[in-house]
Amino acid sequence: MLKITDLQVKVADKDIINGLNLHIKPGEVHAIMGPNGAGKSTLSYALTGRDGYQVTRGSASLDDQDLLDMEIDQRATAGLFLAFQYPVEIPGVSNMEFLKVAVDAQRLARGATKYSASEFLKLAKAACKQVNLPLSFLKRGVNEGFSGGEKKRNEIMQMIMLEPKLCILDESDSGLDIDALKIVADGINSQRDGKRSFLVITHYQRLLDYIKPDYVHVLADGKIVKSGGPELALELEAQGYSWLESYDRNAGDASE
Amino acid sequence: MTEQLDEALSREYEAGFVSDVESRTFEPGLDEDVIRRISAMKDEPQWMLDWRLKAFALWKKMPEPDWAHLQYNKMDFQAISYYSAPKSMDERPKSLDEVDPELLRTYEKLGIPLIEQQQLAGIAVDVVFDSVSVVTTFREKLLEQGVIFCPISDAIREHPELVKKYLGSVVSQKDNFFSTLNCAVFTDGSFVYIPKGTRCPMELSTYFRINELNTGQFERTLIIADEGSHVSYLEGCTAPQRDENQLHAAVVELICLDGAEIKYSTVQNWYPGDENGKGGIYNFVTKRGICHTNAKISWTQVETGSAVTWKYPSCILKGDNSIGEFYSVALTRGAQQADTGTKMIHLGKNTRSTIISKGISAGKSNNTYRGLVHMGKGATGARNFTQCDSLLIGDKCGAHTFPYVESRNPTAIVEHEATTSKVSDDQMFLCQQRGLDPEKAVSMIVNGFCKEVFKELPMEFAVEAGKLLEISLEGSIG
Repeated sequence: MLKITDLQVKVADKDIINGLNLHIKPGEVHAIMGPNGAGKSTLSYALTGRDGYQVTRGSASLDDQDLLDMEIDQRATAGLFLAFQYPVEIPGVSNMEFLKVAVDAQRLARGATKYSASEFLKLAKAACKQVNLPLSFLKRGVNEGFSGGEKKRNEIMQMIMLEPKLCILDESDSGLDIDALKIVADGINSQRDGKRSFLVITHYQRLLDYIKPDYVHVLADGKIVKSGGPELALELEAQGYSWLESYDRNAGDASE
Repeated sequence: MTEQLDEALSREYEAGFVSDVESRTFEPGLDEDVIRRISAMKDEPQWMLDWRLKAFALWKKMPEPDWAHLQYNKMDFQAISYYSAPKSMDERPKSLDEVDPELLRTYEKLGIPLIEQQQLAGIAVDVVFDSVSVVTTFREKLLEQGVIFCPISDAIREHPELVKKYLGSVVSQKDNFFSTLNCAVFTDGSFVYIPKGTRCPMELSTYFRINELNTGQFERTLIIADEGSHVSYLEGCTAPQRDENQLHAAVVELICLDGAEIKYSTVQNWYPGDENGKGGIYNFVTKRGICHTNAKISWTQVETGSAVTWKYPSCILKGDNSIGEFYSVALTRGAQQADTGTKMIHLGKNTRSTIISKGISAGKSNNTYRGLVHMGKGATGARNFTQCDSLLIGDKCGAHTFPYVESRNPTAIVEHEATTSKVSDDQMFLCQQRGLDPEKAVSMIVNGFCKEVFKELPMEFAVEAGKLLEISLEGSIG
């Protein structure tokens, strides 16, 4: 599904990602954890093609399509979805319009037909219910005046509607109380169908109590310094990231 | 991002074609003789010619105003032709069958079929080509209800009592440089009269087209809504793509008698000139309405064209409890300049006005809102609410706001809100990440910004306006 090889990313002439390798197979959930400044968000922006995130080396492909060669919207229609850490407002554009335009664009690009108005309405209402937002949210401006939790749930609603192949969740748990966290996690879990893959970026282990990852990776200084199963997240939670630095150093020493 | 936006804003002007129509055009120049000839072409009565000549005498003494936030080369008024009409109009066609097919094709190309059966139900159209009205549809049908909808040249001959009474009653002959010039040389335009207590059964609309080179268009519109009547009127305008600037100096007067309501909508899409400001229409327009007791005038405008726009549709709220509204979207791109807004003159008690202005600037354009809210001594309990929002696309454009408030009555309340925002990288990225191409993304963000104004437009026009904005923004992103 997603294959990242030796990726190097510069932001404002500074290397942030430095030789990152990652391979996600269909249906897998990978979690990336790491301290502040490790390059977690940079990874998500580089993959989705945001301006200012310059890939200087390496490759990234989604289902054997070269992602780095595509425009932002082409990557999206190829099946890459990013749930934002801080979703932005678009005043005056209703959630419904936004979803309709996005879903239409993606379906057309994938060679499918547009949904009819009634089909679409039905799906939108169902998605809205699934993330526990009142239907009135469909009529409100995109993220306009939404609380932090509502914005995150709105991202999940978009994910449900757009049916991506690979979802990157960029700290979708930050700023959520435990109830909202559960709703967001349930929304994500409902989209696990054995084919769709997830890359979950988070600081804390608690999201992983609800979304069971297949693999946990630790990102530090722009590369993955340790990978393991779900138990690695628990270790990190208990001991913090500092023990990794020594671990990393030791590992480095050992290899020399 | 900025470069992409600039690129995206360089699009083709779709209405920029020239129609191959043989025209009778006056030699450039302006003197009394030209005015006499215009008047004679229109078969006007002596009083009308006298009125024109009086205006011309006033105009010669007036200086061209320079207070607007606009920079353009002053026009040479002797280099413009003041009258041009297709030769096929020498003998006025009695029906559509007699109209030059090339003219019909022109309007078809612009998306305005003139054959009544092909039109959207419920819209009557007056089409003005250069200096003459080509045809007015549904004229007889409207007359059955007493509604007069005809070219103003016809009204001068056929309804002199109404024209004499109201022409120049809202915008006086000496109002301003451009309106006074219009008084002297106006050629055609629409006339509307809605009788007492009548709700006009159709939307009325006028479509203005400049075709001939080096001509000016000076149209005059007069709408009278008698007591308790209601009318919704739309106007649209386009012109060919040319390297020379052309002048459009129109005057619109609305008379809204007791309890009447006029809704006046404009979609202005004159040729805006090229990226570097070469060519384009100079649009200097005076629009004003007067509201008597309990009357209501609502101006809605979508301004996307013209190299220079100078335009302030205004309301004189003379009668008690009368209401004035102004909803505006002004989009400038390339090297376009717009200085537009409104004046709300509150004279009567408990008068109300609402101003919603949305300015969008892209490229290296300049977009100015200029508005006056005046609360007169008698405006007890009057209220105004003004909201003025600017949206910037890219970093080479400008947005300016000049709100003037004058209050002579301590009970009057004036509110003003203003915001300036940018189409942000975050918004663009969100839209693109959801699968929208950059152009669609900008057009959606801009449409959202304009929503409050678009919802005031008549249904068919709201769709048109949305599309127009989309086309105008085409190429504003790489």
